[in-house]
Amino acid sequence: MSDVISRVRKKIADGQRIGDDDALQLFESDDLFGIGQLAADINRQKNGDKVLFNVNRHINYTNFCVNQCLFCAFCHQAGDSGGYTYNLSEILNKAAEASAAGATELHMVGGLHPDLPFEFYLRMMATIKANNPHLKIKAFTAVEIDYFSQISKLPVEEVISELKRLGLDSTPGGGAEILCAEVRNQICPEKISGERWLEVTQKIHEGGLKSNATMLFGHVEGYADRVDHMAKLRALQDKTGGFQSFIPLAFQPANTRIPNAKGPDGIDCLKTLAIGRIYLDNFQHIKAYWVMLGLKIAQVALSFGVNDLDGTVVEEKIGHDAGADSPQALDKHEILRQIRNAGKIPVERDTLYRQVRIYDHVEDDD
Amino acid sequence: MVLQTIKDKLAARQSLCREEALFLLTQTDFLQLGQLADEQRQLRHPGGQVSFVVDRNVNYSNVCCCKCRFCAFYCDEEDEAAYLLSYDEIFAKVQELVEHGGTQLLMQGGVHPSLKIEWFEELFRQLSKRFPTVQIHSLSPAEIIQIAQLCDLSVEECLTRLQAAGLKSIPGGGAEVLVDEVRQTISPNKIGWRQWADVMEIAHGLGMTTTATLMFGSCETPDQIVEHLFRVREIQQNSQHKGGGFSAFISWTFQPSNTELEGEFGGETATGSDYLRVVALSRLVLDNIDNIQASWVTQGAKIAQVALRFGANDLGGTMLEENVVAAAGVSFRMTQQQLIDLAHDAGFTPVRRTTEYGVLEVY
Repeated sequence: MSDVISRVRKKIADGQRIGDDDALQLFESDDLFGIGQLAADINRQKNGDKVLFNVNRHINYTNFCVNQCLFCAFCHQAGDSGGYTYNLSEILNKAAEASAAGATELHMVGGLHPDLPFEFYLRMMATIKANNPHLKIKAFTAVEIDYFSQISKLPVEEVISELKRLGLDSTPGGGAEILCAEVRNQICPEKISGERWLEVTQKIHEGGLKSNATMLFGHVEGYADRVDHMAKLRALQDKTGGFQSFIPLAFQPANTRIPNAKGPDGIDCLKTLAIGRIYLDNFQHIKAYWVMLGLKIAQVALSFGVNDLDGTVVEEKIGHDAGADSPQALDKHEILRQIRNAGKIPVERDTLYRQVRIYDHVEDDD
Repeated sequence: MVLQTIKDKLAARQSLCREEALFLLTQTDFLQLGQLADEQRQLRHPGGQVSFVVDRNVNYSNVCCCKCRFCAFYCDEEDEAAYLLSYDEIFAKVQELVEHGGTQLLMQGGVHPSLKIEWFEELFRQLSKRFPTVQIHSLSPAEIIQIAQLCDLSVEECLTRLQAAGLKSIPGGGAEVLVDEVRQTISPNKIGWRQWADVMEIAHGLGMTTTATLMFGSCETPDQIVEHLFRVREIQQNSQHKGGGFSAFISWTFQPSNTELEGEFGGETATGSDYLRVVALSRLVLDNIDNIQASWVTQGAKIAQVALRFGANDLGGTMLEENVVAAAGVSFRMTQQQLIDLAHDAGFTPVRRTTEYGVLEVY
């Protein structure tokens, strides 16, 4: 066992919180197995052998975006060919399809559309909910919430409470990217600042909604930037307790405009997920988002401290536009097989991480 | 208990037995298994080098009388898509390989129903003359047997003639799982495991190096994977006093798309952790084979890199051209620079090698 692992292990055993310098040294260490084992031990204490997934569907309602983040291959400017916006009936059809397929969640994020008024989103929320009262709606990143506040001239608190009143159940954790300003200036100069992302997220939590926290890694950031990012998430979680899961997103370089960025390699992906588990002691769930990691690495990550494999997804566009070579969707049977094959027990969860069903006997699968 | 015995045996440089191998494959904690394999890789390759070869697959024909059920590449002779490359087409491909600094030609076809040994002898002679820097690493055992049978030759006569014409080494394809029960299901018309072994033993006796492969993730059991590894280890043991032997072991996973087995197995194949377990196990069981390859072609770059910490020390070839796996719906592509970066970023020293694992260039 390497020195840094023994030291961190001891700290954790003594009930101490590990420091930013510890996390940095973990990133710099090549003790892949030491890091993985520690993360796996912590995870087993928190979550046993259960691995969560949900049956969901993504709806990326528009790819028009007033921001033009350099890491993004999804965004289009007004007038670009290939740009699209779903109308309400298209969205309802997709929601109905999801519902018929047994989904419990819609995951809805889109670009910051230049023209649509806030009323469109309110109507979207209300109509989906009215037609699918049992579906949980997880929608709108902190970046979109902030944008709605700008276009409606309403305070963020009111935007959140209106959406919640009409049916929003939780928010995803996107738009965090890397929170520090130097990195944001290079990869997403027009996007809200890291401080603002944290501020809006705090208001989301205070408004009674849970969210997740993402981290886009493997582009221009250094290890210290990742640690700084996680430190800010950990501090906010201390304050609000509103984060459900931490989701490291592996940067996909195809069709993006960050010169020479190649995306994280396999070992980096596993280490980053594991260090997330070790450092973020106040997060219950670490998610391997297979769309960006690739299914094989996501499945291997279940041995590196991860306890959530995301969902069936269906029709994901953002990662795939940037060259993700994962499938467009996974059926439930395949998710169960992947989780069991890693020696874990699959548990279907809902958006709020409540257990829907435990699949502890293969013969009971439907 | 068993794990401690295994650790003690590894420390004493004793070979593992079948029961221990099965325990590692099916019961040992995933990370512990990986770490054991990583330690053995380090002992065998203390310099931390990770090698690759610049090569090209040339599939001289897709006509094949085996029609294996896991294969999406084969054709009948009268199919519209059937082809046989001319010498000139093959020379043009090898010329391209040379221009890319390539040193290995991996020529395999289907098991062609009517191509005689003279066709191969003439081809190899001309290739050797035109491209002296390229090693002809070609024809898997099923093809060798076919040529021998077609021309009424013994395997030894056949190999001796091909060797004289320029064949230097033999790839280990077509091993699939070296258990006839599995072969009956997935490749009923292909040679049995003993014939595969015969070709390899005879080639080793002629001083040739060969590789050994394993294709898993279709219908085999863990015991059968273990059996495969032990058969490979035994062949290598018997070859030790001969001039040749296995230079490397390569495992890859069944790729179901477009194959006859896709319907039968619902498109399921080995997961990421299945693959890494088998790589690690092969490093631990095959203590008489120096090199374990990671298969980026079937696993993608990310898993291939992780495999370098699960016992593998080689990334195979750059594969200027690859048709067979691509036909089964997988199209991972990597450049030489990407292979170098992948090894380097994992903390290894990338080296370009010959077919025989001699170092040509250190990066």
